[in-house]
Amino acid sequence: MRISESWMRLWRNRLAISGLALVLGLCAAALLAHWLAPYDPDFIDLKQVLMPPSPAHLLGTDTLGRDVLSRIIFGARVSLLVGFVAVGIATLIGVLVGALAGYYGGALDQILMRLVDLMLCFPTIFLILAVIAVLGPNIWNIMAVIGLTSWMGVARLVRAEFLSLREREFVVAARALGASDARLIWRHLLPNALTPVMVSATLGVAGAILVESSLSFLGLGVQPPTPSWGNMLTMGKDNIEIAWWLSVFPGLAILVTVMSYNLLGEGIREAIDPRLRD
Amino acid sequence: MWLYLSKRLLLMIPMLLGITLVSFLVIHLAPGTPTELQTTMNPKASVEAQKRLRELYGLDQPLQVQYWDWLKRVSRLDFGRSFSPDRRPVWDKIRERIGVTLGLNLLSLLIILAVALPLGVLAAQRAHSWFDKGTTLLVFFGFAMPSFWLALLLMLFFGVYLDWLPISGLTSLGFSHLSFWEKFSDLGAHVTLPVLGSAFMGLAGVSRYMRGSMLEVIGQDYITTARAKGLPERVVIFKHALRNALLPVITILGFSLPGLIGGSVIFEAIFAIPGMGQLLWWAVMARDYPVIMGELVIVAFLTLLGNLLADLAYGLADPRIRMG
Repeated sequence: MRISESWMRLWRNRLAISGLALVLGLCAAALLAHWLAPYDPDFIDLKQVLMPPSPAHLLGTDTLGRDVLSRIIFGARVSLLVGFVAVGIATLIGVLVGALAGYYGGALDQILMRLVDLMLCFPTIFLILAVIAVLGPNIWNIMAVIGLTSWMGVARLVRAEFLSLREREFVVAARALGASDARLIWRHLLPNALTPVMVSATLGVAGAILVESSLSFLGLGVQPPTPSWGNMLTMGKDNIEIAWWLSVFPGLAILVTVMSYNLLGEGIREAIDPRLRD
Repeated sequence: MWLYLSKRLLLMIPMLLGITLVSFLVIHLAPGTPTELQTTMNPKASVEAQKRLRELYGLDQPLQVQYWDWLKRVSRLDFGRSFSPDRRPVWDKIRERIGVTLGLNLLSLLIILAVALPLGVLAAQRAHSWFDKGTTLLVFFGFAMPSFWLALLLMLFFGVYLDWLPISGLTSLGFSHLSFWEKFSDLGAHVTLPVLGSAFMGLAGVSRYMRGSMLEVIGQDYITTARAKGLPERVVIFKHALRNALLPVITILGFSLPGLIGGSVIFEAIFAIPGMGQLLWWAVMARDYPVIMGELVIVAFLTLLGNLLADLAYGLADPRIRMG
């Protein structure tokens, strides 16, 4: 009943639905990149170097004559993959830490929450760069590092939910019936704390995509020739005086993607709790 | 107030230890040791030299001994020497760049405050008006905008298309020959784009928060009372409401510091500004571990200091703490 009501509210929120449509469209584009892209993204054509947008190459070509549109479509794969995996890791750690801290409380809670405070002291990008310096830049390390440095928000969320749920009657009743700690956490507390986690995960994908593209832009993320929106913009910066299209279109792709995840996330938040709408 | 302040100061000690521990572990828990990496990049280093390096960094000691020795040196701001060919002390490298980064961040913080606070107040005062909707849209763009893309667009438009502003470095060639005012305007022209860019990135969050905080306060009974006794709206908003709405925003400003400083890496890298962000970028590219560890510790310390200042400002602004 409550679920379907929330769905109806989400359905009526035009902005959130357009966000959802864009997210689905992007996933489809990433999956169907081979059929959608007009050219091979790695095909080098030295006779077509730095061509401005034209009917043949809708978004122009880069310094090696590769089709920018095709590279943007293939770049969606990197962005979405990094977004999903990094958020998966962050959510897993965040839920675990938050659940332990919120359920057991006491000294464990103190230690874990101080750890959260500590992690929040470092500008995330500094911490990420330091780890990348040690592990080396590639897509797998990027996903792991983004995940390992962005779980703190989820941990705080889950902990707060657990603290308020812990003393509720249905939990006390389940405990009185002899349910184990693990069963209480998994079957009774966690399902009731999942909705805010869902919202933060959706917004988290947007955040992870932003971080990945910044790292790739700095040359410390996904390495060329694999196309990622971030490393395409590096080429844009190097040719900023002669080829504006290299600086504009990949960035637009990032903006639209991040915005659609944000719209969807905010939409889910409002659908779950209409009071948040001011 | 003093009790509150000393509590905050005491809390900083375990946090400082934690910061150094995290910075230390990030580098040392990795497979391989820093000296191994240093010598693989420089194959000419003999086994002898490798051994000397290992002893220099105490890498043959157990981890806790290494940490303790490193901590003792860090407390004297001795982060060792850079791995780069100049082999200069890390602290010297950071020291000559810290002013640039802090100065630029301070400038953007001032711009954020000057723009975001009025924006938030006006949006709250006219909630659901076209103005409010416009700022909401702007905020949405701010949240979704990749900072480096914003920097590129600023470069493209103001630097290349209009050709009004320089797009690289902090000063022009021949800067030392300029008169004071020429120096001032040259520096100003160089910092305009990076400062505007990083200010825009911070704007969204702060103005959004100001709006929310203001809306909450405007809904309180004492605001209705102030209006009911016939005070002009201007006084109600700016004297009664704003003062209270500002309190939580001070805390948010403290929390937004890491993001602001983190943005320095991006903006300094793009605009070729000789600050701490650029130094970190170079150090990561060259795997210059002493510099990376030094940067991590200093930046986290600055963040802690910023939070302390925010706490202090909060204490001064809130009479319950100031008097209590």
